[in-house]
Amino acid sequence: MSNIKEIQEEVVDEFSMFDDWMQRYEYMIELGKSLPLIDDKYKIDENLIKGCQSKVWVHAELDDDKLVFTADSDAIITKGIVAILIRVFSNQHPSAIIEADTHFIDEIGLKEHLSPTRANGLVSMIKQLKMYAVAYQTQLN
Amino acid sequence: MNPVTKNITFDVAKIREDFPILKRKVNGYPLAYLDNAATSQTPKPVMDVIIDYYSNYNANIHRGVHSLSQEATDKYEQARIKIQKHFNAQKAHEIIFTSGTTHGINLVANGFSAILKEGDEILVSALEHHSNIVPWQMLCEKTGAILRVIPMNEEGELIYPAFEELISENTKMVFLNHVSNALGTVNPIEKIIKKAHSVDAAVLIDGAQAAPHIKADVQELDVDFYVASAHKMCGPTGVGVLYGKEEWLEKLPPYQGGGEMIDTVTFEKTTYAGLPHKFEAGTPNICGGIAFGAAIDYLNQIGFENIASSENDLLNYATKKLMEIDGMKIYGVSKNKTAVISFNIEGLHPYDIGTLLDKMGIAVRTGHHCAQPIMDFYRIPGTVRASFSFYNTKGEVERFIEALKKAKSMLS
Ligand SMILES: Cc1ncc(COP(=O)(O)O)c(C=O)c1O
Repeated sequence: MSNIKEIQEEVVDEFSMFDDWMQRYEYMIELGKSLPLIDDKYKIDENLIKGCQSKVWVHAELDDDKLVFTADSDAIITKGIVAILIRVFSNQHPSAIIEADTHFIDEIGLKEHLSPTRANGLVSMIKQLKMYAVAYQTQLN
Repeated sequence: MNPVTKNITFDVAKIREDFPILKRKVNGYPLAYLDNAATSQTPKPVMDVIIDYYSNYNANIHRGVHSLSQEATDKYEQARIKIQKHFNAQKAHEIIFTSGTTHGINLVANGFSAILKEGDEILVSALEHHSNIVPWQMLCEKTGAILRVIPMNEEGELIYPAFEELISENTKMVFLNHVSNALGTVNPIEKIIKKAHSVDAAVLIDGAQAAPHIKADVQELDVDFYVASAHKMCGPTGVGVLYGKEEWLEKLPPYQGGGEMIDTVTFEKTTYAGLPHKFEAGTPNICGGIAFGAAIDYLNQIGFENIASSENDLLNYATKKLMEIDGMKIYGVSKNKTAVISFNIEGLHPYDIGTLLDKMGIAVRTGHHCAQPIMDFYRIPGTVRASFSFYNTKGEVERFIEALKKAKSMLS
């Protein structure tokens, strides 16, 4: 199992193959389509992330000492972004998730999605993943 | 208008020279700015006025004896008269400078809290911007008045017979927009104002979306209040206008207390200044007001007939091209609409479309457009909205359509 940093490097490598925005977005759209869906019973308002023009649901549960995320969105580009985040953060120890930095998003050319004023909620999404990690971390202690 | 005279008076290439921002590139592509309903771009003559103000006569108004203050006051009051003339108000003091449409609506709604009683009814249309809903809901909470909604149909038009049934002797106020921001529908305000007056109800028209395209004559309309924002009319942000009939403005209490709006102040009692100052507490947006006047001059120089006919051409052309796209659904198909097209493509999320269009330099709005009740009516989360201005071109419409097709093929 790779650690968060290794996975981030993998993702950065993959994105570095693309010459232009169109290929990057086509790839994200593909990722979005392949995102394993969240169980419908978790697609409830409590799991909805606020601050998005599109809807994003995130569910978290512990598998041993690893935190597993599942998620979905009604917009496909958002779903692609969610897929990347899940690939990076899911199946990791909560403490590693809490400590992880998110600089790789810059490097894969999605910086514009990181602006806190952009109504896509990438920032809120990351915050939410980290909040889950904090919550489960205390449970593990 | 025949095409020959139109060519002489209206040259879009020349007009675009006035708008430096239109030469910009966005994400490597030339900008196609199709979000004019949110805010319009600012032409050089208006920018020049702003620079002139800060370069030559920046001073507080109505207060100083010194020359700069007098010059600034004169220019500010001249702008008020330009606005008065433009809307054909009878008196200059019926024109109140505001910070924008939202401020104007809140000012009137607040004033009506002194007039309405429990059980009084006020009517709102189903097509409103949140700005023209929330202040009235707050008013109802304060006074116990009842808010009733004039319903809309699938075409995105108000159902006039339903309005006739809703209105009664209990109706004290009707407020609706002249043009819907989410759909572009032009509402039959003449009829509605007449009918409302037959039961002595006052009418406030939110002209935010109409003012850039239609020259409203407040006397001919016989409207009680008309509000608009400069930033949608080629003027700066943070300034707008409230027109109110003198008798109504006299009747309403002041909105904010402060300097400028008083006659005499003692700790026992303050008497208020007369109109328009009673509603203009504090130092106003002086430069903005003067630039607003310049923006109105600019629009009139282009000519509202030219504006309407060029925008209508763009609307018809874009609508026809959009309808050729599979799965296209346009919301708001009234025959009487401004150059606004709200749409979705079956199976695609507006946010995805907007994101990809932006990557290709096309600026549109996505989301609920501050009109959630309309989105709920159509049972959709939002739409993509393209809104055209007289400075847009057919070429930009074509780029928009091509980009949209590209986005669709990427997303499907
Ligand atoms: C119909 C309508 N009313 C009110 C507003 C609010 O205007 P402002 O934000 O300038 O106060 C808008 C602006 O989007 C609008 O379109």
